[in-house]
Amino acid sequence: MRDIADFQWRLDEAGYVAERSLAATLMLVARMQRPLLLEGEAGVGKTEIAKALARVFDSPLIRLQCYEGLDVSSAVYEWNYQHQLLTIRLQESEPGPAQEKEKHIFSEAFLLKRPLLQAITQPESPVLLVDEIDRTDEEFEAYLLELLSDYQISIPELGTVQATSIPYVVLTSNGTRELSDALRRRCLYHYVDYPTFDKELRIVHKHLPAIGEQLGAQVVAFVQGLRELELRKRPGIAETLDWAAALLHLDIESLDQDPARLADSLTCLLKTKEDRDALSAGQVDGLVAKTT
Amino acid sequence: MSGGAENHSRTAGPGEAFSARVIGFTRMLRDQGFPVGVQEGLDALRVARRCDITDRQGLHWGLRALLCTCVDEWQRFDELFDIYWRLAGRRTRTRTAGAGGGREAAREASGAQGVARDIDQPGVGEAQGIEGEGPKGGASAAEARARTDFQRLADQGQLREMEHLVERLARRMRRRIVRRARIVRAGRQVHMGRTVRNSLRYGGLPLDLAFRKRRRELPRLVLLLDVSRSMSLYSYLFLRFARGIVSVFRDADAFVYHTRLVRVTEALREPNIERVREKLAVLSLGWSGGTRIGACLERFNHDYGRRLLNRRTIVVMVSDGLDTGPPALLAEHLQRIRRRVRRVVWLNPLLGRAGYQPLAGGMQAALGAVDVFAPAHSLDSLRALEPYLVNG
Repeated sequence: MRDIADFQWRLDEAGYVAERSLAATLMLVARMQRPLLLEGEAGVGKTEIAKALARVFDSPLIRLQCYEGLDVSSAVYEWNYQHQLLTIRLQESEPGPAQEKEKHIFSEAFLLKRPLLQAITQPESPVLLVDEIDRTDEEFEAYLLELLSDYQISIPELGTVQATSIPYVVLTSNGTRELSDALRRRCLYHYVDYPTFDKELRIVHKHLPAIGEQLGAQVVAFVQGLRELELRKRPGIAETLDWAAALLHLDIESLDQDPARLADSLTCLLKTKEDRDALSAGQVDGLVAKTT
Repeated sequence: MSGGAENHSRTAGPGEAFSARVIGFTRMLRDQGFPVGVQEGLDALRVARRCDITDRQGLHWGLRALLCTCVDEWQRFDELFDIYWRLAGRRTRTRTAGAGGGREAAREASGAQGVARDIDQPGVGEAQGIEGEGPKGGASAAEARARTDFQRLADQGQLREMEHLVERLARRMRRRIVRRARIVRAGRQVHMGRTVRNSLRYGGLPLDLAFRKRRRELPRLVLLLDVSRSMSLYSYLFLRFARGIVSVFRDADAFVYHTRLVRVTEALREPNIERVREKLAVLSLGWSGGTRIGACLERFNHDYGRRLLNRRTIVVMVSDGLDTGPPALLAEHLQRIRRRVRRVVWLNPLLGRAGYQPLAGGMQAALGAVDVFAPAHSLDSLRALEPYLVNG
């Protein structure tokens, strides 16, 4: 229990407010060297967790942003084809056995390392963030699964590259597509929910020390109330911070101070037109009244 | 926590018993439908060994991270853990009560304190527990559900659950369909003509390669759902199915009809299911007087035909075929659709009933213009649809 609290404190130092259960999971990731699958709604801070982890371990963060159609050449490695071709041209006049020349142009100097290959060839364990894994195709998911169990990558022209260090892997998903059972079983799992009032308040104070006790509490209560409403896109933590910063710039000290300005600033929280239209002035007043 | 030495001396003996408890817990999870195999069992022991036996909370978090694989399991885990280990706790207490009751009580107290501290530093789901849902049945129950006729779903709860399953089935279909469509393809292909053209600039050296773009071969699905009174038993289920389809296939559209045709694609994309219900209820208000399938198809052809129908389209009609309009109109417009698309699938929930014959006038007329005529009265029959939803 003591070391969990300790780890939680280290995360806090690194700028991430984590509840103890998350700290326990992250510690398990480090100890078991298993990848971690983070699920949760958009905007609950999944990506931030990986960044904080990198700061805690004081190791580089390597990020692979997934998208539909992501393939090996942009995720793992690619030969620098133009460079190879020009080298061949330059070598044409030089004497020497062809075999050696071939070996030369398929050496590491011509290899473009993409995130996954980078991640396993670091001298010390980096944090590998595979963001929005649910956006890729099943093909790539299968490849990743293989990589995560063997930690080696085979390059036909060069041979198999063994991992020099095993990265801490963090996968994030917000459920666009179902992931395969095999990948889920390979990973540790943590579901990230919207923060509670206390946690969000601490986050706000951590990022915006200038905000007063009163406004901070009001902002958080307002956003928490907003999340209860039926919105198309519920505001995440990033939106809370944006909005709080905007209010600071507008010199607002309390939410009930200036209704017109408040209404304008709500664009920070509600990112779709539909949501802005759906939220009536009466509802806003109600929320403000509840928080002040 | 406190009293390390004594605790360890006490647990040195029961270490094996503790391992057995952990294994027992993984078994229980497996019975509850968690994907827990031998490997997971061993990993659970590794995690448990790391935790102090008195550190129930650490064990809880550790095992939760290890053994859960999705939100559903994540939400059920806390309750299961509590049930299993609270029983265990009670047993230890009675066993050791004579030996060191005082110390035990102290430990309990400090444990309670530990919990309080954690609420203080708020945790995900620790305090809030599970919402309303009891433990669900295991695999055998699921099998039985797959064969249940939708019309036999008795209470609201069963119906809700089936709706959920139907939607999930639709989501899974995409995954399988995509996988199948992809087996033949291997790697990027160089487009020779364009590459030669590009290399003119470099004196014939092919520096700038051109590639063939991968073509997405996903079908475009159009669902036409009959929501007339005779179909009322099935309407919501198929709407949930449509919702699943619409949310994962980028190119899918859903319509409902009985006397009029309404496009509901956008309404179904609404994330909140209760809101979907409301919206759809509003849409269907004030409709009355029979089903006019033919006229609705005419409208569909006129308004959407050119835009939605092509060789990649698969049209799925869900209806019992009880049409109050002229059968000839239905046949004509269904034929018109069929000529432009890859396949027309007609799902009739009545087909699953013993002794049903497609004798209704509309159904008779339509049969000549459909490629696949299939039942749709249970999860299994919907699952059997999958091959028909693949392009090719």
